[in-house]
Amino acid sequence: MSEQHKEHILPIKAYLGVAGALFILTMVTVAVSYINLGGWNAVVAVSIASFKVSLVALFFMHLKYDNKINLFIFLIGISFVTLFIIFTMFDTLRRADIYEIKAKPIKEKAHIYERAPDDSTQQSDAAQH
Amino acid sequence: MANTPSHPFYLQHHFSDAQQQKDSAKFGMWIFLLTEILLFGGLFCAYAVFRAWNHEMFYNAHLALDRVLGTINTFILITSSLTMALAIRGLQVNKARQAALYLGATLVFAAIFLVIKYFEYEHKIHLGQLPGKYYTYTGVAGTNPHIFFSIYFVMTGLHGLHIVGGMIVIAMMLVNTLRGKYSNEYYTPVELIGLYWHLVDLIWIYLFPFLYLIG
Amino acid sequence: MNAALEQSYLKNPKGLTSWLFTRDHKRIGLMYLYAIMFFFFLGGVFALLIRLELLSPGKTIMSADQYNQAFTLHGAIMIFLFIIPAIPAALGNFILPLLIGARDVAFPKLNLASFYIYVAGALFAIYSIITGAVDTGWTFYTPYSTESTTSVISMTFAVFILGFSSIFTGLNFIVTIHKLRAPGLTWFKQPLFVWGLYATAIIQVLATPVLSITLVLLILERVFGIGIFDPAMGGDPVLYQHFFWFYSHPAVYIMILPGMGIISETITVFSRKKIFGYNAIAFSSLAIAFVSFLVWGHHMFTSGQSEIAAMIFSFLTFLVGIPSGIKTFNWLATLYKGQISFEAPMIYTLSFLFLFTIGGLTGIFLGALALNVHLHDTYFVVAHFHYVMMGGTVMAFLAGLHYWWPKIFGRLYNETAAKIGAILVFVGFNMTFFSQFILGSQGMPRRYYNYLDQFQPLHAFSSFGSFVLGIGFFVMLVYLVHSLFKGKTPGYNPWGGLTLEWTVPSPPPPHNFDKIPEITHGPYDYDKILVKRN
Ligand code: HEM
Ligand SMILES: [Cu+2]
Repeated sequence: MSEQHKEHILPIKAYLGVAGALFILTMVTVAVSYINLGGWNAVVAVSIASFKVSLVALFFMHLKYDNKINLFIFLIGISFVTLFIIFTMFDTLRRADIYEIKAKPIKEKAHIYERAPDDSTQQSDAAQH
Repeated sequence: MANTPSHPFYLQHHFSDAQQQKDSAKFGMWIFLLTEILLFGGLFCAYAVFRAWNHEMFYNAHLALDRVLGTINTFILITSSLTMALAIRGLQVNKARQAALYLGATLVFAAIFLVIKYFEYEHKIHLGQLPGKYYTYTGVAGTNPHIFFSIYFVMTGLHGLHIVGGMIVIAMMLVNTLRGKYSNEYYTPVELIGLYWHLVDLIWIYLFPFLYLIG
Repeated sequence: MNAALEQSYLKNPKGLTSWLFTRDHKRIGLMYLYAIMFFFFLGGVFALLIRLELLSPGKTIMSADQYNQAFTLHGAIMIFLFIIPAIPAALGNFILPLLIGARDVAFPKLNLASFYIYVAGALFAIYSIITGAVDTGWTFYTPYSTESTTSVISMTFAVFILGFSSIFTGLNFIVTIHKLRAPGLTWFKQPLFVWGLYATAIIQVLATPVLSITLVLLILERVFGIGIFDPAMGGDPVLYQHFFWFYSHPAVYIMILPGMGIISETITVFSRKKIFGYNAIAFSSLAIAFVSFLVWGHHMFTSGQSEIAAMIFSFLTFLVGIPSGIKTFNWLATLYKGQISFEAPMIYTLSFLFLFTIGGLTGIFLGALALNVHLHDTYFVVAHFHYVMMGGTVMAFLAGLHYWWPKIFGRLYNETAAKIGAILVFVGFNMTFFSQFILGSQGMPRRYYNYLDQFQPLHAFSSFGSFVLGIGFFVMLVYLVHSLFKGKTPGYNPWGGLTLEWTVPSPPPPHNFDKIPEITHGPYDYDKILVKRN
């Protein structure tokens, strides 16, 4: 058991390579921030940051070679934060909805509405939808 | 408890062997890091919600942050992560002196990071770009710009506290390494603080673009 | 003389410092047990004061402001200082390593640290009570909590500290269960209490950090007006509720899951029958832990969150009922054709089954969006959560306490007295809280110190019920304390259980097992193995 778990020792070059990649990615993300891409700026920034984070996690934190359960824990953390943000935003981004709802007949095809063909408010309201 | 190969000094009585103890320690550390991720997760959630509500203001306010200093600090933190990783590697190949050197370097970079952060804070305090009701600056257009600075200060402040905490522990590890407590046989504590330090780096890797680059 | 007692963890090593600096999970569990019992008592005193005030409309014994403080302190103490640590940190700490055949938890020092952090949090809470108490309710909702002149900061800070204690316990348990199981004890041979603690620990480490950051932001809101939660500063109070309930809904499962674990143990032992549906019970614990993170918005249906969110949360809330139902049916099936014996732990177990079912079903009522608008913030909610927290968790805790009492202290309590106590508690509980379902459905709002005259009969009935409950607990106190001095010695295995803790002396020696056991059979193989009580 202890034999298979023997430490995996990375060569110094590997560490330097990862750090180099992190530096370059940092420069890229900073450079992009000076260009106006509208909404895409955020997308690029998050993607590059996530890529950098994976590098750190996989190599500096040895997740690539470590017991897989540790990787699993890390991913759980990221997913639950994402879940927290998304579910909260179901609320915060959709608060205005209620003001856009117009009253309309509960069951449009019900007979009671048919009996009043000359009810103009009814019709104009239905036409909106 | 004699220091025999089958029962080394660091092995606690309730573990059956050193490998089990080490695996447990790392596993526990990862769970601790998980709690850290969720702790910061709350702040990221607040950031996301308010950014979505006040996009204009966030954009305008983020221009008040110093992108150059932020970038420099990112480089510094990544470098400190590199030296931390190399310190652990030093112990893995049983070169304790080298490891100590790298640990020292990590501390130096961490200190530089804090100094730069200090100047950034100092500048903001001077301009009145302060959180909440202490906000007096007038140069940012949009509703409630103080909220951006609240989020900025809370996020970077909490991150800074984590740096300080990490530095204290790294300093202790440095002393222990110099005293020859760690070798390729046993260096779990250094490995654990290494994980923690990388996590602090990870959080900064997200904080930096969110606050300094896209706002 | 009692040889087991002399050689047990209770007497070895001796001296006060050997207790204060102990790393023994059994001693830490015991210190936790004393601490939480103290706070259970304190919270109970506040509860009786509340019920006394509500005996008649208008002012009875306290002012409206004092009433607000009384219910806040009752809630905060019961939740953060009693029920969350109760089963995991006290009973779990003691039993878990014994159940899995380990000598200790994975990180004994962290375990001790967790206890002292709890003590520090408790001291802050007491400080806050002395310096003016809190009147915001245990939920600390903004904007009131940013305006209230009571000592909100010290109380929230106390809760913040307590969170770390809970996190460390959870962390410790996860690693212990993964790494320290005795040889042969596979995941599916673990006693179900272990599964319960495992699912609980997952929630503890995932949810509690969000509470911590919420409270930090709340404190900063009070100090700097940072404008995240305070509407006066441009913040959003509903966002506070999201933050709070992202922790606190999963936290209700921190409270109930370990209780469900205890029930799974006691119900088999006292039915002398193999558990029905082991895998289903084990997996439903994990399912509950997961789903509990998806439903927090059901506390906010009337708070102004978006309708789409309300609909999603309402739908997901119904899912929680499934794993809870699975467990309940499996327990019932375990009883079927068992050789049931009605000792005190079993009476509490059956109480749990009965009361938790009512609590869980009314939870489903409340999770229905349309009905919730009517029932939210009424006594119906109060009754619901007391049926789950007291009828569920506290009953399970008492079942566990009575079940393991001989193991923990090496003493048997008086069985007749215990039965009387259990029945008083059951009757008193139902008098107190069933009446509140009726009150709530008639529109009696919660957290009010006054009420319309028409509610008086039910309120008075509820208050009398609480006195019966109080007497029941007093009886329990008497016979438990009596047993410590005069109780008979139980032998290794007074109930005829098959799990590992019954293979060691009562009370256990400091290192639990002379030799780490090798596990060959399942925890409930009553069909294969004949165990004798002694
Ligand atoms: C079948 C599972 C459950 C469901 C579907 C459920 C559902 C609900 C709902 C919808 C509410 C909100 C009522 C309102 O404020 O309008 C609520 C409140 C509450 N529930 Fe449950 N619940 C369940 C189980 C539990 C358990 C196991 C516990 C604790 C051990 C618990 C403790 C609470 C508490 C403390 C509150 C009130 C919080 C407050 O506002 O102070 N519930 N529950
Ligand atoms: Cu809930």
